[in-house]
Amino acid sequence: MAKVKLAESKINKIKEICANFGNLPGEAINVLHKVQGEFGYLPAEVQEVVAHELNVSVAHIYGIVTFYSFFTMLPKGEHPISVCTGTACYVRGAEKVLDEFKRELKIAVGETTADGKFSISCLRCVGACGLAPVVLIGEKVYGRVTPDGVKDILNEYRNA
Amino acid sequence: MAKFKMHLLICGGTGCNASQSQEIAQNLKNGLKDKGLENEVQVILTGCFGFCEKGPIVKVMPDNTFYTEVKPEDAREIIEEHVVKGRKVTRLLYVDPENKQQVADSKHMGFYKKQLRIALRNCGFIDPENIEEYISEDGYSALAKCLGEMKPEEVVKEIKLSGLRGRGGGGFPTGLKWEIAAGNHADQKYVVCNADEGDPGAFMDRSILEGDPHSVIEAMAINGYAIGATKGLVYIRAEYPLAIKRLLTALEQARTFGLLGKDIFGSGFDFDIELRYGAGAFVCGEETALIHSMEGMRGEPTFKPPFPAQEGYNKKPTNVNNVETYANIPIIINKGAEWFNKIGTEKSKGTKVFALAGQINNVGLIEVPMGITLREIIYEIGGGIKDGRQFKAVQTGGPSGGCLTSAHLDTPIDYDNLIAVGSMMGSGGMVVMDETSCMVAIAKFYLEFTVEESCGKCSPCRIGNKRLYEILEKITKGNGTMEDLDNLANLSRVIKDTALCGLGQTSPNPVLSTIENFYDEYVEHIKDKKCRAGVCKSLMQYVVDPVACVGCTACARNCPVNAIQGEKKMPHVISTELCIKCGACIEKCKFGAISIQ
Ligand SMILES: Cc1cc2nc3c(=O)[nH]c(=O)nc-3n(C[C@H](O)[C@H](O)[C@H](O)COP(=O)(O)O)c2cc1C
Ligand code: SF4
Ligand code: SF4
Ligand code: SF4
Ligand code: FES
Ligand code: FES
Repeated sequence: MAKVKLAESKINKIKEICANFGNLPGEAINVLHKVQGEFGYLPAEVQEVVAHELNVSVAHIYGIVTFYSFFTMLPKGEHPISVCTGTACYVRGAEKVLDEFKRELKIAVGETTADGKFSISCLRCVGACGLAPVVLIGEKVYGRVTPDGVKDILNEYRNA
Repeated sequence: MAKFKMHLLICGGTGCNASQSQEIAQNLKNGLKDKGLENEVQVILTGCFGFCEKGPIVKVMPDNTFYTEVKPEDAREIIEEHVVKGRKVTRLLYVDPENKQQVADSKHMGFYKKQLRIALRNCGFIDPENIEEYISEDGYSALAKCLGEMKPEEVVKEIKLSGLRGRGGGGFPTGLKWEIAAGNHADQKYVVCNADEGDPGAFMDRSILEGDPHSVIEAMAINGYAIGATKGLVYIRAEYPLAIKRLLTALEQARTFGLLGKDIFGSGFDFDIELRYGAGAFVCGEETALIHSMEGMRGEPTFKPPFPAQEGYNKKPTNVNNVETYANIPIIINKGAEWFNKIGTEKSKGTKVFALAGQINNVGLIEVPMGITLREIIYEIGGGIKDGRQFKAVQTGGPSGGCLTSAHLDTPIDYDNLIAVGSMMGSGGMVVMDETSCMVAIAKFYLEFTVEESCGKCSPCRIGNKRLYEILEKITKGNGTMEDLDNLANLSRVIKDTALCGLGQTSPNPVLSTIENFYDEYVEHIKDKKCRAGVCKSLMQYVVDPVACVGCTACARNCPVNAIQGEKKMPHVISTELCIKCGACIEKCKFGAISIQ
């Protein structure tokens, strides 16, 4: 991955978050939640600063980031698409919906479109199984999505 | 709730929230204001009613009128007709799928008739963001009773007598767990609520936290008093923003009311609760992994003993219970162990909440007494299989459980019976499947999940499950042999016997139970290269019936890879080489001329 040079202000922001948690190694997960909330993702450079502030090895932080699926080292698209592949959605056809998104956008799960507009990821059960299959775009929940409806959903964002 | 003469309850659960329940509530409030009724009729945003399939739900009290699939623009009519003129808006009433009759109120709906709501007693009835509503439903009286009238050991004894068992999956007796934790002495002990809810397709714990957070807070304080702990922690999934928000609000209110903090009720007992956030790792639901995750590390399980009750969070005695287990505690203290004890079967007392999902008419959250049969759940509460298709299987216990078949429809459901038939209670996921589900593909679906979620610490689970997955993949691609079937069964047994934690020890269950109950389907995939459900793509071929085809060209125009050829008004043909088996043509053909073979 290409190195990202962090601006001074961003480094200070990370330091501030770490300080708010007392720079305690035991707070690493809470710190990473906050930092990801701030930056949208956790590139290696950000992890280095966190490790330094909490006085642990970069490997330790990297180990945490890669263990938990909520943390991501890749930036998401402007409109992140999350297709629920929990059991309830799976048995009501989530896979076909996912295939359709992949085909429409010509990207795989975990990738972002070249224009940075969309990215696709999967998640497990958002608790709206009654509406299965469920797709999230950003925070917005779409229920009873059919492969036919995928284009319409995307069009809401394409020209926005 | 006293001073209002009517209440409009709107479901604010995640499902209904997603279909605009906030807007509905706002429109109702505005409408009431326009009519000058805002002091007579109260609008309350509640937790999930359970009937998510037909959400958003609006319930009118006191007459129990149950409106389904309400839209924001329906608010005006509800107010003008129902509130002002006292006439029900019949077009929004629930229609019984059996007799096509409208049902006037929730008391007469099949969905609710067989349910018994103990853990969900307040979900859908009170405003979860208002502590006074919880208090008016006897809230915090159980804590007052414990602190004022009972010794800690009496509290433990009451829970033991109730027969309550853990609802997080294992079914360990809760009272016994508390007794062990109480017996271990230390300068600091902890009470932990497991709200990690990892089963993909289940949302019981989430709904309790969203609909009745105070019941869990009260129970944790009781737990703290009983075992001598002053600190509580809730480990909750970061993917549950609404539950987190309501829990934080509830904690703040409890502190303001002096129900958390120092010297609660002047008893000298101190207790407070903090949140810890999960970050999307299924294995963190396992209690030792959960504790490591709360300590800020990778959530890898460790060998038991030592059990958390001996050496848990920060190496101190820690009692871990599930959200639903906790939701049962206050009412047991209030109504007594004897009352609870009478509900359920001999060894499984009380009720269980299930997230009913899949190919069933009434998807939603249900709470039923232990000992109820699958038939009652699926056909009476669930309203039967969708689109009149045939019941095939029901999966319980999530990735650790198994599939049950029509042979088990009359088995009373409790912890022990489910294990006896090769599944388990699990945390409460219940996924119903019809003939459009392929059982080999379902086993593969769960294995894919396990492989992704294995922490990788021990080899039986890390490597063994991967092999299981690969063999299943081979079978669904049509390359399986009968020897593979034996290998699946043998390898499954080895993994079960040798894996370090509960994840690996149960992960082969979906494979074993589908082989046991659907052996023929495996054999068909292997010998006949057929998938009767039409799910396994490699085994399918799309074919046009030249007699039924009228040559309307609809299929050809919709095929994304131009695999269909044919002149107008002439039979069309699909090229098997080009076809990517997307299924678009079958949906487009109005003449039923295309089939999968
Ligand atoms: C892989 C795995 C995942 C688990 N996930 C959960 C979970 O999501 N929620 C839960 O309450 N218990 C879960 N458990 C069970 C916990 O380890 C523990 O037994 C439970 O939280 C104890 O509470 P209870 O006795 O009230 O059920 C899981 C266990 C295993 C092995
Ligand atoms: S069984 Fe699986 S999840 Fe459990 S410790 Fe072993 S590798 Fe990790
Ligand atoms: S299944 Fe899809 S690819 Fe195959 S013929 Fe039909 S439309 Fe074309
Ligand atoms: S849509 Fe059906 S009827 Fe029309 S050309 Fe295709 S197969 Fe024939
Ligand atoms: S499985 Fe998709 S929302 Fe529950
Ligand atoms: S979320 Fe509204 S009824 Fe379940």
